[in-house]
Amino acid sequence: MLKDITLGQYFPGNSVIHRLDPRTKLIVLVVYIVALFLAANWVSYALIAAFLLTVIKISTIPPKSIVRGMKPLVMILVFTAVLNLFFTGGETVLVHFWIVTITAEGLERAIFMVLRILMLISGTFLLTYTTSPISLTDGLESLMGPLKKLRVPVHELSMMMCIALRFIPTLIEETDKIMSAQKARGADFETGNLVEKAKALIPILVPLFISAFRRADELATAMECRCYQGGEGRTKMKLLRYHLWDYEAFAVGGILIAAVCVLRAFGL
Amino acid sequence: MEPILQVQNLNYFYSMGTPFQHQALENVSFSVSRGEFIGIIGHTGSGKSTLMQQLNGLLKPTSGTVLLDGQDIWSDKSLTRQARFRIGLVFQYPEYQLFEETVYKDISFGPRNIGLSPEEIDRRVREAAAVVGLSEAQLQVSPFDLSGGQKRRVAIAGVIAMEPEVLILDEPTAGLDPAGREGILKNIEDYRKTHNAAILMVSHSMDDVARLTDRLLVMNGSRLAMDDTPAAVFARAEELTAMGLNIPQVTRVFLELQRMGLPVPSVYTLDQAVDALKKCRGGGRHA
Amino acid sequence: MRDMIRAEHLSFSYPGVDDTPGVRVFADLDFRVEEGSFVAVLGSNGCGKSTLAKHFNAILLPSGGKVYVCGYDTADEDKLIAIRRNVGMVFQNPDNQIVANVVEEDVAFGPENLGISSAEIRRRVDQALAQVGMSEYAQHAPHLLSGGQKQRIAIAGIIAMEPRCIVLDEPTAMLDPRGRREVMDTITKLNREKKITVVLITHHMDEAAQAQRVVVMHQGGIAADGTPKAVFSQVELLHSLGLAAPETVELCWRLNQEGFDLPLDRLDETECAQILYDAVKI
Repeated sequence: MLKDITLGQYFPGNSVIHRLDPRTKLIVLVVYIVALFLAANWVSYALIAAFLLTVIKISTIPPKSIVRGMKPLVMILVFTAVLNLFFTGGETVLVHFWIVTITAEGLERAIFMVLRILMLISGTFLLTYTTSPISLTDGLESLMGPLKKLRVPVHELSMMMCIALRFIPTLIEETDKIMSAQKARGADFETGNLVEKAKALIPILVPLFISAFRRADELATAMECRCYQGGEGRTKMKLLRYHLWDYEAFAVGGILIAAVCVLRAFGL
Repeated sequence: MEPILQVQNLNYFYSMGTPFQHQALENVSFSVSRGEFIGIIGHTGSGKSTLMQQLNGLLKPTSGTVLLDGQDIWSDKSLTRQARFRIGLVFQYPEYQLFEETVYKDISFGPRNIGLSPEEIDRRVREAAAVVGLSEAQLQVSPFDLSGGQKRRVAIAGVIAMEPEVLILDEPTAGLDPAGREGILKNIEDYRKTHNAAILMVSHSMDDVARLTDRLLVMNGSRLAMDDTPAAVFARAEELTAMGLNIPQVTRVFLELQRMGLPVPSVYTLDQAVDALKKCRGGGRHA
Repeated sequence: MRDMIRAEHLSFSYPGVDDTPGVRVFADLDFRVEEGSFVAVLGSNGCGKSTLAKHFNAILLPSGGKVYVCGYDTADEDKLIAIRRNVGMVFQNPDNQIVANVVEEDVAFGPENLGISSAEIRRRVDQALAQVGMSEYAQHAPHLLSGGQKQRIAIAGIIAMEPRCIVLDEPTAMLDPRGRREVMDTITKLNREKKITVVLITHHMDEAAQAQRVVVMHQGGIAADGTPKAVFSQVELLHSLGLAAPETVELCWRLNQEGFDLPLDRLDETECAQILYDAVKI
């Protein structure tokens, strides 16, 4: 069960998308999301969808993985759909029973919203699937660079993020082991009301926390032994440098948002 | 007498139905009698851990049966739950699962889950603590104030407190120094004698396994390759080496002696080696 | 031959917590490691071997006496980085040493901290991975590797800093036999081919037997110090310290109690078989 969580996972590859500078991908993602929210109607959506599908194709990421990542979000999608379906006023009434009214506008709105969420999540997944966590944090660290002048601990934050992402799979594995060990002593995590179930988590959470602190301590010592001294004077093996394809990506992103703005002016 | 535990044609697939599906256990069958000390050896990935978790009902077989006292543990929910308590499983590095405020409370976790009376829980906790050599005083401290070796004893006591009829241990001596290893192995043997419990011990130490076990199960590539006495298993030294397993040093020395033409039997413990060589010398003198 | 590491009149106590008194580990210890050598430090839990190892790269500082590494005094704060880039340390838990999500990025962590140029880091990472035999795993996620593979990555991360000495604190304690073999092969190769000084803390006799020099510690002091053959033949001493000699030696020792007269320094199985054969065939 726990193995289905693809959050933070990275699928190595050699596509153009993989080779883009992480900063490019971050910036274009932001542009893409803005475009999604600016999109007024179906033509804009079609354009953005075309953009998304093209990028997925180029990235060689199997669409199945993106779909699998959506599983935890099914509830949010259903909730959004229902909300828009039942509570949007409109003229063309399709169904009407008791206090429930479904209008054509409502239906359209519901589909619109669900598609927006789906495209937003897909875009974000594409980022994490094609960018190794270290590249991502390097990209973020670079983009946030100017914030250093405001005394924001940019390097420390990005180091924390990097270590967090590295340990997610390890901690998941450990949780599995602890759960099995406690189940072997008769622990029951399924039966009982909410309070009982919460109490049943103590035999998992306590060892997990203690182990996490121990790991942090050992890791910090290991990092010090490898001469870690914080961000000062640190170089990087992988230097972030823009290439031709990054400029091309920026151009495409620019065209996308410009097109959406124009279409918006026409109500499309 | 009927064996306490029987495994029949056990098959287990991980991630069944997905592209990641792989078979961890293939047609495994064997039985365990009360009081037997069985060693389980095999290369990493041969299915040992998976097998252990099948025996106490943590994992459900894809096909095949696990019988406890002749009853299928999956035929009824209560039987599955009973299996948890009657078949105790100690994982590797069990000290990482301790969580209670005192050693006493942690050891009592298992018995509490069984739903026993406070008097019975108390008796079992104290007895389990005695088996692993923990003192009265140590029962009242926080488990996190103890040394690594002591924490491991607490964890093992936590399983023994359920008074399982079958005790399964996954590398109980991993990471301990020689003195620590001896201590734990002695505790296990004591438990077996006092409760006539069956012991299944997964180990990479051929010397430990050679010395203590009545029978060896050799796992290889998700199959049960051998099920025999240590003498019979270690006699097949070449096969074991081909499977990537170690054989006891004395066994190797004696294989070399045999190769050199000395009429010695195959041995697998130090005692046997000493006896064999004494006889050999005795024979030589009389020649 | 220069001393890579030199401890003089070392005394050390762990500070007590609240009102519990501190624990004294060493009173007056002298210890030297020659450059280019391979030393194994053996002993039961609590003998002080790990504590000693932590003095070699200034994780711990002496309460009294001095520790010199490559000529630098470990107590000198200014020399801390110089000491640590010359003496790398590999720990017991393979997982808790790996910082990054991709193997080659973790190996680069040390050199990055030293401010080395990108191209040079790339070269060192590739070389280090080749030396530990993990080049094909450069792009892999560390959590999918076996214990032995993770430890080899940890070692690669250290040698990418091009140290002159590597200290390994029970590196195989959590590994299966194959992982142990992989790690031992890697460090013996590094010592032999790259002349890197290796200090191996262990309680496995068969690992210590691969070193050039074995030091047995007991309660903060040195109980034995010599070649593997010289140390392992002192069977009674080892027993009194809660240790055992390799099985081959134990066998000969037991036979000597039964009237045989065998040398106690044949650790190797073939050598052992030979002397047994000779003894019985008279």
